[in-house]
Amino acid sequence: MQVTLKIFRFNPEKDRKFHYETYTLEAEPTERVLDLLERVKGYHDGTFTFRRSCAHGVCGSDAMRINGRNRLACKTLVQDVGERITIEPLLGLRVIKDLVVDMEPFFENYRKVLPYFINESPLPEDGRERLQSPEERARFDDTTKCILCAACTTSCPSFWASDDYLGPAALVAAHRFIFDSRDEAAAQRLQIVAETSGLARCHTVFNCTMACPREIQITKAIGELKMATITGKLD
Amino acid sequence: MKVHQFDVVVVGAGGAGLMAGLYASRSAKTAVISKLYPTRSHTGAAQGGIGAALGNMEEDRVEWHTYDTVKGSDYLGDQDAIAFMCEQAPEIVYELEHMGLPFNRTPEGRIAQRPFGGHTNNETGKPVRRACYAADRTGHMILQTLYQQCVKNNVTFFDEFQVIDLILSNGAAAGVVALELATGELHVFHAKAVVFATGGYGRVWEITTNAYANTGDGIAIALRRGIPAEDMEFFQFHPTGIYRMGILITEGVRGEGGVLINDKGERFMDRYAPHVKDLASRDVVSRAMYLEMREGRGIGGKRYLYLDVRPETVNKYAAIDGRTNPDGTPYTVTAEQILAKLPDIIDFCRTYLGVDPVTQPMPVQPTAHYAMGGIPTNIYGEVVIDEKNTVMPGMYAAGECACVSVHGANRLGTNSLLDIVVFGKQAGIRAAEFANGADFQPLPDDALDYTRSQLDGLRHGSGKENAFTIATELKTVMFDHVGVFRTEEGMSQALEKIRELKERFKDVRVSDTGKVFNTELLNAWEVSNLLDIAEVTTACALNRKESRGAHAHEDYPKRDDENWLKHTLVWQRDGKLEIGYKPVTITRFQPKERVY
Ligand SMILES: Cc1cc2nc3c(=O)[nH]c(=O)nc-3n(C[C@H](O)[C@H](O)[C@H](O)COP(=O)(O)OP(=O)(O)OC[C@H]3O[C@@H](n4cnc5c(N)ncnc54)[C@H](O)[C@@H]3O)c2cc1C
Ligand code: SF4
Ligand code: FES
Repeated sequence: MQVTLKIFRFNPEKDRKFHYETYTLEAEPTERVLDLLERVKGYHDGTFTFRRSCAHGVCGSDAMRINGRNRLACKTLVQDVGERITIEPLLGLRVIKDLVVDMEPFFENYRKVLPYFINESPLPEDGRERLQSPEERARFDDTTKCILCAACTTSCPSFWASDDYLGPAALVAAHRFIFDSRDEAAAQRLQIVAETSGLARCHTVFNCTMACPREIQITKAIGELKMATITGKLD
Repeated sequence: MKVHQFDVVVVGAGGAGLMAGLYASRSAKTAVISKLYPTRSHTGAAQGGIGAALGNMEEDRVEWHTYDTVKGSDYLGDQDAIAFMCEQAPEIVYELEHMGLPFNRTPEGRIAQRPFGGHTNNETGKPVRRACYAADRTGHMILQTLYQQCVKNNVTFFDEFQVIDLILSNGAAAGVVALELATGELHVFHAKAVVFATGGYGRVWEITTNAYANTGDGIAIALRRGIPAEDMEFFQFHPTGIYRMGILITEGVRGEGGVLINDKGERFMDRYAPHVKDLASRDVVSRAMYLEMREGRGIGGKRYLYLDVRPETVNKYAAIDGRTNPDGTPYTVTAEQILAKLPDIIDFCRTYLGVDPVTQPMPVQPTAHYAMGGIPTNIYGEVVIDEKNTVMPGMYAAGECACVSVHGANRLGTNSLLDIVVFGKQAGIRAAEFANGADFQPLPDDALDYTRSQLDGLRHGSGKENAFTIATELKTVMFDHVGVFRTEEGMSQALEKIRELKERFKDVRVSDTGKVFNTELLNAWEVSNLLDIAEVTTACALNRKESRGAHAHEDYPKRDDENWLKHTLVWQRDGKLEIGYKPVTITRFQPKERVY
């Protein structure tokens, strides 16, 4: 089939303002949108710029707006979006060039929630693993799936309004550790997410959950964090 | 140009680079440089598990893991290195757990383990549960956990900096040259020790499980600077990639009881590996699949077969095989259990194939997967540059870009995740130790020249050729002629073609003249790496006149220990390749015929 791609273009060294370019190419319905972008770059315009690596939805490089919705180009098939496809960068982050946005504010928010395992208690004497039941492990399984693609955070109106809002991805990271039975810093993290730039800014719009390519129940996770800050309990 | 000084510079932020960075930064001023954001590294794609004889589910021993790895390597692995890795395995898996890695758990709360190809109970010959796993995203969890620990420990990162050249001075490592993607600026990292952890090069082949970023940069840079590469003819084709796309379907699927089926509905692996069947090692299974397809038993006569993990199929063959649970009861699975253990696989199949593995079989074909060869090192991660294993001072390598060699002619599943953490850690510790006892080598005045000349070449070619087209042609010829089965004729043709492509590559000119995020320039440079790597791979393969592990030479179908029980070394000297050999370290296990 023939597919028309309308692509957001911005070259900081030449353009004062962004514009759109249109490319028409032959494609199979089962091809990834990323395959098409590669061909545009390979054969039509080498200057067209985007990030990508794994090509199957596990590295988080190629989140972008496809027909207005945040998706991974490598996890979106042509048949999912039709023969007229509009490609734009994520919203709410500065565009560096074409689809490449500045990820630093995103990672900065991530780093604020102590996104690492904290347990200062002595290790088991036999040097082996800390025990954790399958149920305890299942408690935070969903939020371990995050690939830091930023699709959620950049779909959130609260984040567009101000990028000091931690955003869903950082809250997902906080959840992953707060609900891990082995971790000891839940109270500290709950305090961080309860501050003004945290949970209170979430108005349960559900955009994040809809955007997440890993199908993480983000709004649910945020709800659990809200509950934990109110009750002080983790269950 | 900016100049930075660090005691240790680690290039690459996958599992190997992060582990090296974490350890080196404990005692030395360390920078980790990566062309991707660390969490985008391809370690995150690893699915099935990391091997360690923990014995959490049933009896297992480090010696069995060692022997299985030696046998899996078709006796080309160095046995001292293999023994070291397998001994370290339990400790390092516990260390990962202590860092917070969320492994799946047994009912007792211990790390859960699953069977994987080639891992056996050496007394019964049956598959053993040795792969420690976190659902089917073990690599993702390792990468995330290590990155999180780096954040915790304030490791210094240079994200989206692409290393183009290695600086040597007085025969020792003195730093690297990197291009900052955001600005296009060149940076010199002056260092006392350099660790390469740049990953694999599966993008040389058309159908691959590897990421776009896996272009073998580290190995290509090292070759250009006179460092040899070892055992490059050994490249693993994984039996089960999604048809035409190459996306990996983990061996864990067969570990959970999935079987391969041909067009006649036969489970054919029992003919090729009567003992462990679908869980034979990868070279064996990939070849069996090719033979089935060659005999016309591909599905509908096409170049794919079915991987079937539907509960009824699993239960049928588990009963035939007499497979049991740890408590001795017959092994059975339900659709829910499959869903719980292989969520990502199910997701991939639904997304890319529109197939639901719980109710339909998956179309699969062998896919380029893993580089056994790479930059030669010893077990401390020190790079060794000749037949006598002479160490290059200050130069280290770890992970898929390195060749210790623990995988020999064929890697067992779960042993790469193990390799990257064990040897990443060694390289990090040793590099820091070395740096703490050494002075900076002086920076040569022309430190940037070679980088500039390479990039200028790409900017000023005639423009008659397109790098994308050249890469596509390369991948096709490599998949057709330097793949699962090889012939003298096919490989000679491939080598000729590669050399023609290298000539044509000189006429490439990138159209993007900008500095900011010039990925066209960098992608074209990566194609030059693919070309160099394809050339050494093919030349070394053509030279090895035997079949061993992943190198299946149809004109020499037998393993020949008398003449070929040796590692290949290849140097790039003045644009020409020189090939040499060095002995394999054999300690406890004398080579014998390999049967599964
Ligand atoms: C789909 C898949 C599944 C797998 N499953 C398993 C499994 O279950 N068990 C197992 O043991 N093994 C598995 N493997 C193999 C294993 O995952 C890899 O071999 C291993 O993760 C490689 O790790 P690494 O750290 O060496 O490289 P990578 O993780 O690939 O990291 C390479 C790093 O180098 C950087 N880099 C590269 N070039 C440059 C440059 N020029 N300048 C700067 N930085 C650079 C990249 O940015 C990246 O950070 C799997 C592999 C694949 C592809
Ligand atoms: S929660 Fe989902 S959408 Fe958000 S960063 Fe993680 S993977 Fe991406
Ligand atoms: S390229 Fe990795 S998520 Fe799309």
